Amino acid sequence: MTVWQDQLFEVLKAGRVKQVAYVPDAGHARLIDRVSQDPDMRGIVLTTEEEGVALSCGAWLGGQRSALLMQSSGVGNCVNMFSLISNCRFPFLTLITMRGEWAEFNPWQVPMAKATQGALESMGFSVYRVTQASEAEETVQAALELAFESEQAVAVLLSQRLIGRKSWLTAN
Amino acid sequence: MQECGLDRRAATATLLSACADALVISGLGSTSYDLYAAGDRNSNFYLWGAMGGATAMGLGLALAQPRRPVLVLTGDGEQLMGLGALATLAVQRPPNLAIVVLDNGHYGETGMQRSHTALGASLTGVAAACGIPWTLDIDQMDALAALGTRIQSMQGCGFARIKVRAEELPRALPSRDGVWLKNRFRSALGFSPI
Repeated sequence: MTVWQDQLFEVLKAGRVKQVAYVPDAGHARLIDRVSQDPDMRGIVLTTEEEGVALSCGAWLGGQRSALLMQSSGVGNCVNMFSLISNCRFPFLTLITMRGEWAEFNPWQVPMAKATQGALESMGFSVYRVTQASEAEETVQAALELAFESEQAVAVLLSQRLIGRKSWLTAN
Repeated sequence: MQECGLDRRAATATLLSACADALVISGLGSTSYDLYAAGDRNSNFYLWGAMGGATAMGLGLALAQPRRPVLVLTGDGEQLMGLGALATLAVQRPPNLAIVVLDNGHYGETGMQRSHTALGASLTGVAAACGIPWTLDIDQMDALAALGTRIQSMQGCGFARIKVRAEELPRALPSRDGVWLKNRFRSALGFSPI
């Protein structure tokens, strides 16, 4: 499971992403660990995902690339802040772990999961989806290039089937 | 009722004149007008929306530009919408970033309804409790030059709240073309458009 997450780290690092903002998610845990151990990258823990939208725009004003890691529920927290991206045509890359779809145990995750892609697209995002581990590296690479070379808002949805079921009945 | 507090335009102009090298992001509404009225600069970025985002935007900028002082100039209502960003800022604490809130205790753009700071909340208290290294409450003009000097010399990450009068002033309107503001700001730092 960690192989594709390590690949995503390498894509971000090779893509000169310096600031990686996140609200933690189990599916991003490996990537967050790798970022925190890299002296050339800065992991930034947020209290809510919309901070990461504004932070990313500030980073680009200052000449740095950034990425926002969140889970699908966080997309709903960001919607008005996304207007900053489209008004100013900031580049923006977010990697989103999906909850509330594949074999979900917690129904509270489901409504926002159903709305995630539509909410992003209605705010002007290009949305890619990864369902197989073999697609992850290439898809995030393409997303990164679209974001920073064309100043676009791009989201990559990492499907719950890819990440795996959350274990509710054992300690985790 | 004559409220106490400083003249926000004079306070902004005095502050900015003491930190002329600062990269400045202003929160939507009156603080964007105040910043523009103090003199338009290529290194000003005026928000017209994104309420609650000014502090986080300043954090991203300060981390990307560690050799330049960065000032976020915003209002009480804008900061109240982004209180969590003060906790995020306190974790990162870039020494070149200061948040300055012009606190009139009211939502000036929407009919001067009282905000939480007029009803008991202390933004300075929140900032200090989050762990931001220095915090100041300012209600005298003669403290502003020292604040500007402190920002200019990048003496640690901090937060200042300036008590200003709740009054409606003539609007001073900067450009609201976000793409233009972005490219102008980046050009001033030596970055080309794509």
